[in-house]
Amino acid sequence: MQDMDRSRFIVTRNDFNALLTALRDDGYSLAGPTLRDEAILYDAIKGVEDLPAGWTDEQEAGRYRLRRRDDNALFGYNVGPHSWRKFLQQPSLTLWRAKKTDNGFNVEASDDATPRMAFIGVRPCELKAIAVQDRVLCGGDHIDTDYARRREQVFIMTVQCTQAGNTCFCVSMQTGPRADKGFDLAVTEIIDADRHEFVIETGSDAGAEMLARVPHRPASEADWKKAQDATQHTAAQMGRQMDTGGIKELLYRNAEHPRWDEVAARCLACTNCTMVCPTCFCTTVEDTTDLAGDTAERVQRWDSCFNSRYSYIHGGNIRQSTRSRYRQWLTHKIASWHDQFGSSGCVGCGRCITWCPVGIDITEEVAAIRANDGSSTGQEVADK
Amino acid sequence: MSNIHDLAQIIREHPFSQGMSDEHIQLLTGCAKNTHFSDGAYLFREGDDADTFYWIRAGKVAMEFHAPPRGTLQIDCRKAGEALGWSWIVEPYRWFCDARALEDTRALAFDATCLRGKMESDLQLACALYRRFVPLMYRGLQRTQLQLLDVYGGN
Amino acid sequence: MAQLPGAALPAKGPMVPHPVAVRHLQRETHDTYTLTLDPPDPDQGLPFTPGQFTMLYLFGIGEVPISISGDPASPMQLVHTIRAVGNVTRPMQDMQRGSVLGVRGPFGTGWPVREARGKDVVLVAGGIGLAPLRPLICHLLKRREDYGHISIFYGARSPADILYRKELESWGGRFDIDVSVIVDHAASDWYGDVGVVTTLLCKLRCDAGNTIVMTCGPEIMMRFVTRELNHLNIADEQIYVSMERNMQCAVGMCGHCQYGPGFVCKDGPVYRLDRIKPFLGIREI
Repeated sequence: MQDMDRSRFIVTRNDFNALLTALRDDGYSLAGPTLRDEAILYDAIKGVEDLPAGWTDEQEAGRYRLRRRDDNALFGYNVGPHSWRKFLQQPSLTLWRAKKTDNGFNVEASDDATPRMAFIGVRPCELKAIAVQDRVLCGGDHIDTDYARRREQVFIMTVQCTQAGNTCFCVSMQTGPRADKGFDLAVTEIIDADRHEFVIETGSDAGAEMLARVPHRPASEADWKKAQDATQHTAAQMGRQMDTGGIKELLYRNAEHPRWDEVAARCLACTNCTMVCPTCFCTTVEDTTDLAGDTAERVQRWDSCFNSRYSYIHGGNIRQSTRSRYRQWLTHKIASWHDQFGSSGCVGCGRCITWCPVGIDITEEVAAIRANDGSSTGQEVADK
Repeated sequence: MSNIHDLAQIIREHPFSQGMSDEHIQLLTGCAKNTHFSDGAYLFREGDDADTFYWIRAGKVAMEFHAPPRGTLQIDCRKAGEALGWSWIVEPYRWFCDARALEDTRALAFDATCLRGKMESDLQLACALYRRFVPLMYRGLQRTQLQLLDVYGGN
Repeated sequence: MAQLPGAALPAKGPMVPHPVAVRHLQRETHDTYTLTLDPPDPDQGLPFTPGQFTMLYLFGIGEVPISISGDPASPMQLVHTIRAVGNVTRPMQDMQRGSVLGVRGPFGTGWPVREARGKDVVLVAGGIGLAPLRPLICHLLKRREDYGHISIFYGARSPADILYRKELESWGGRFDIDVSVIVDHAASDWYGDVGVVTTLLCKLRCDAGNTIVMTCGPEIMMRFVTRELNHLNIADEQIYVSMERNMQCAVGMCGHCQYGPGFVCKDGPVYRLDRIKPFLGIREI
């Protein structure tokens, strides 16, 4: 008799939309991958009709193209320039409003309603990224209340990756291509000539409850093996890899490595990498008033350590050169994050590599530093 | 590797050694080598052990402090024919500022530890070097004092 | 629902300022002034540790991190000495009695008052750096018997830029602390020392092995002061510095104040030197 795991099921392609409808009926606003502006972007969706069925992406350093698949897979691509950060840590958020009074001013914390969202198609690396941001924004002494409120209500449908992109390196970062927990439901798409179905794993009561509303059957041993084979195949296909052994100390001791000059000569400080990175969390605040000067507002916006005023104190910027900013970003992401938050800040999604207009590849940068560990900028050229 | 005769000749021709005895030139040669720094390279940095000092043969070297957040401030420079570095001759033998090549720079580099040792036993050599360095320091201090007046600044 | 780490949500986020009234504005020098504010809590005041800072908000203009410079034994008065250098601190100097500012805090780590008990204490300040040390001086003088020999070394640009001049003169008049002041340059009516603050350190009288040094001023000044201290056999583990970086949230979440692996707003601004020495020497870190 086959051993069937109680938490693994099959939902057919025809029934899959019922899952999304059930979520909407429960009051969730759905967000998922959509096709727009020649990319796969996360946006509001209503059902499977909004998903980029039959599309895939081709990614390389500084390159992103869409291509038609020869099947109609709903999730047959990797990650695009959006991450789930845009829904959890708002790109622009009013923190509070203040009104002048006779003897000063009154401040009202912004209590705008936060939507109840269901994220459809969260990749394992992205799930890990969300966990990383949870630690940063909710796991310390202070909590980002808006993030926390949105996060608490989120329903996560993860998609296990059945193909790897050229810029993916989740295996090196131990964040994929398969997620074992942290989701409400996890989906592995099985598509071939005879079938188009989804192996569904339930990861929570909420997930099980949602699944119970749609037609489904238990997954067989063979089904489960097929799902696992798919992700194992993905793991073998990784486009990049990063040696993370002693990486924190490696970057700490190489602050004056000549590689920083080399990458600075290419880096445009365009901030793309920080905008697409799913774990970047830096924000800036903007204090404004209306024209009459009676009401004031504080707005929090995404910021980037590559921005020119990021490190400004009276007198100037601490980090004036692109070199120092790039070094800050990479060292923070790969090294300091461990000391600050107990894990790497990088989940190996490869977005920064794909979306860098000059194709800077952080796996290559780290390897270059490792190859010449300990060398220092501008040493004597030659001894004649 | 430089021919030792060539090195001695280069030292002899450098303005800084004018008037030095052959014997002292030989002693210096024993502690010297030719060096080359590309544009942007640091010859030494603030806080490093002052174990090498330089006579510039060609190029230009800026003496700088890094003062965040103002950034890097250049307060002096050395050109061809000039000597760079006094901290090797005064305790605790630590560089006081950064020295960075502003262009392709060639210099004679002297092993300060070796030379300090030689100066201990050869007082004539010590005197010959002090006589060349003390006026440099004096003129440097005068320049610095005048720079301090900030005469071009507004009130 | 996937589980979220962290405690229950607070009623108001840490980013919301409390309106407080200005009680008094005192001009210190041509570009520096001291604000005395009512505390946000009229019952408890604003208790703080010397070395901590608050974020001061000027309605509609912006917010700045300012060290608290008042006496920690008087939490009912919130005192800040501020230099008018930017578009918040310049208009702030026009505040009058009754004007309202916003305040958040206190934030950050403080000077090691407990660590220093029973030891000789040396304070080295440069320019506005005396302001974050003032609460410490108030504390040391109130608990004089808890500390060994106390010396204060202060460097300013010119006599007109000397902060808290009357207080310095009164501290200097005491028999139980040494106060030395030096200026970079002066006119002919100055009879005090002229030079840099590091040159004052040769006057230092302390038991090197049993001394704590606390220093605050421009980063380059702190670098050279610590070099001089090491030369006097005072180890990095005995020296504390106060660092400054761009601060916006002050609670370690906006990323701006990162310095090495830490955040100046919560791992600092006061650091024991050995913990950040490698970073002091790296340009643009």
